[in-house]
Amino acid sequence: MKKDSYFLIFILILIGLSLWTILPTNSVRLGRNGFQLGLDLKGGTHLVYQADLSDKDPSQTDAQVMAAVKAKIERRANGLGVTEPLIAIQGSDKIVVDLPGVTDVDTAINIIGSTAVLEIRVYHYDSSGNAIKGSDGNAQWFLAQALGTDGVTMEDLTGKYLKANATVVLNSTTNAPEVAFEWNTEGAKLFEEITTEYLNKPIAIFLDNTNVEVATVSAVISDKGVITGLKLADAKNLVIQLNSGSLDVPLTVVQRTDVDATLGADSLTKSVTAGAIGIGIVILFMIFYYGVPGAIAAAALLIYTALVLAVYKLMPVTLTLPGIAGFIISVGMAVDANVLIFERLREELRAGRTLHKAVDEGFRRAWPSIRDSNISTFITCGILYWFGNTFGAFMVKGFALTLFLGVAISMFSAVVITRTFISLLIGGGVIKGLSVQEVKKNV
Amino acid sequence: MFDFVGKRFWFFLLSAIVIIPGLISLGFFGLKTGIDFKAGSSMTLHFSTAVNETQLRSELNNIGYKDAVVQHTSSDDFIVKLEAIDSAQNVALMAALNTDLKTTTEQKDFASISASVASQTARNAVIAVIVAAVGILLYITFAFRKMPNPLRWGTCAVIAMIHDVLVVVGIFSILGWLAGVEIDALFITGMLTVVGYSVHDTIVVFDRIRENLSKGGGGNFENVVNSSILQTMTRSLNTSLTVLFVLLSLFVLGGPTIHYFTLVLLVGVITGTYSSVANASQLLVVWENKEWGRFVSWIPGLAKKKAASQA
Repeated sequence: MKKDSYFLIFILILIGLSLWTILPTNSVRLGRNGFQLGLDLKGGTHLVYQADLSDKDPSQTDAQVMAAVKAKIERRANGLGVTEPLIAIQGSDKIVVDLPGVTDVDTAINIIGSTAVLEIRVYHYDSSGNAIKGSDGNAQWFLAQALGTDGVTMEDLTGKYLKANATVVLNSTTNAPEVAFEWNTEGAKLFEEITTEYLNKPIAIFLDNTNVEVATVSAVISDKGVITGLKLADAKNLVIQLNSGSLDVPLTVVQRTDVDATLGADSLTKSVTAGAIGIGIVILFMIFYYGVPGAIAAAALLIYTALVLAVYKLMPVTLTLPGIAGFIISVGMAVDANVLIFERLREELRAGRTLHKAVDEGFRRAWPSIRDSNISTFITCGILYWFGNTFGAFMVKGFALTLFLGVAISMFSAVVITRTFISLLIGGGVIKGLSVQEVKKNV
Repeated sequence: MFDFVGKRFWFFLLSAIVIIPGLISLGFFGLKTGIDFKAGSSMTLHFSTAVNETQLRSELNNIGYKDAVVQHTSSDDFIVKLEAIDSAQNVALMAALNTDLKTTTEQKDFASISASVASQTARNAVIAVIVAAVGILLYITFAFRKMPNPLRWGTCAVIAMIHDVLVVVGIFSILGWLAGVEIDALFITGMLTVVGYSVHDTIVVFDRIRENLSKGGGGNFENVVNSSILQTMTRSLNTSLTVLFVLLSLFVLGGPTIHYFTLVLLVGVITGTYSSVANASQLLVVWENKEWGRFVSWIPGLAKKKAASQA
């Protein structure tokens, strides 16, 4: 009896905590603001990039290269202003990029996935001072090289010597957007050597093998440069790319799923309504079929719902449509443990046990069934989670996680919450008359 | 007391009647796979001006997407499926549609999956189902390790599980050519959930058989199984009902994204409940009595009996 009171206090505290955590739904609680919604609910795009590791710097391992690429993509996504982007390495050579709320997906793909290698190029000249021509008959651009700080090796001047502080500036006379960049110490030394060597000769800036700027070197410059002739939007995007650093290996999109935000919002409303109606029917059924114990199970079910939602918010679990379906199904399955227990209880009463003894026996005997049967669901949840992980199907993972949590918490709900309530009500004499009548009626 | 076990061949026959058409459909038509498994692009388009299906189809043909599949939805959107295209091709396609059809195209969603990802997904789906089956077989064998022939319990549960998979796959194969329903990653998710549910249900019945066997008395194996089925019947029905309530609600009101996903679960929960009572437990009896051959001779016997009664 005393034990039940302790349990009751514990349950009440849990209810209070859960409600405080989830209500109102957009509140900040324990550092979590609202529920984390998946892409299918708030719109956005899910991308899987395949990295071509055949071109990588041989001194680095695949994992190092992938980690570097991931960090740069994160910087670019943040530069784009995406809230809560999700970037993860999948397998050995893929990167999953979830960009919630992005509407112009094609531009985003361009910014995130292009390598953005910046190179300074110059013409090479023959002995008579003419630029060397390529096979197409035009003067050919070569990578500009200068002696590195070690005084031995010739280094190419590329974007890796840039400071991460490129900005969009407006030209003081033409008012046209330009991208201003600065070299780091090493880069400044190289640039100074190059501008000295090619003074009064043309110099070019190439971005991913496209010529974006040609100018004649009018003075020896060391630390700075500008890229002109850009549209404002392009200038902004270039700044994001330059400041994040160029990607170490080329990427291609192998999977892309865009979801319209309005479609997501509509689906969310529909699923939540459907879930509420479904749970309502289950509650009515339990009360109709099992009477007072059914009402207790229904109350336990509502508490269970609050608990699960609180866990979702705190973990946090990213809610997707299938994830919500998983939760709603777990509500249906949560009832199973209660049904198992009540059916046992009836049997024990029919066998002529006293109410108190019947409750003890009912719970004790139902437990192995509850435990063994739910383990099979746990096994499939584990496999589903793996399956979802191997190809970046965020919807599958969401479902596996919500179903797992739902079933786990339902076991707790049936064994602790329902039991405590029933014991207390028997102790208080509330259940006695009703329940026995109920049983006799059904015999 | 209702004699479930005595009707076991009838139950097997009913299962066969449900499964065989599905298997025939599977043999002839296979499953209609979506882009998750076979690579390609899929998009939902909405036009600001009136555009009809023929116009759109011929326009796509002109642009060079000769194999494009166009489908006009009830909400005046168009679902277009074509080969896997990249971002640049997608931008070019939208621009071409806008110019040539003199309209503004809103791309409501877009999905594109390359062949390598699609084949990997398909392979992983097969692995997932096999690992699930083996994992469950091992788990049940472990859970029933104190019984004689523990592997038998696991095998019967897995056969019932395969039964449920076949029912769902068969029905979706038929829906594939009947209503154009496609199989995607969510279908596999639904399938594995059905597997979990089916075994969940079977274990509750098995658990009762185990308990009744260990209590002793109660006569032969057949009787024990029969009374165990009866004792767990209310629970099986009630639990399935509560799950079906929520699933039906999702199926009817839950929106298009998870429509077929909930259908997988709906069918799966029904067949999962049926197979626990009508297949898994009955197979234990068949195995115990070593009467595998009798079912085969029972069907012609049935036909003869029917012929005799008609004569």
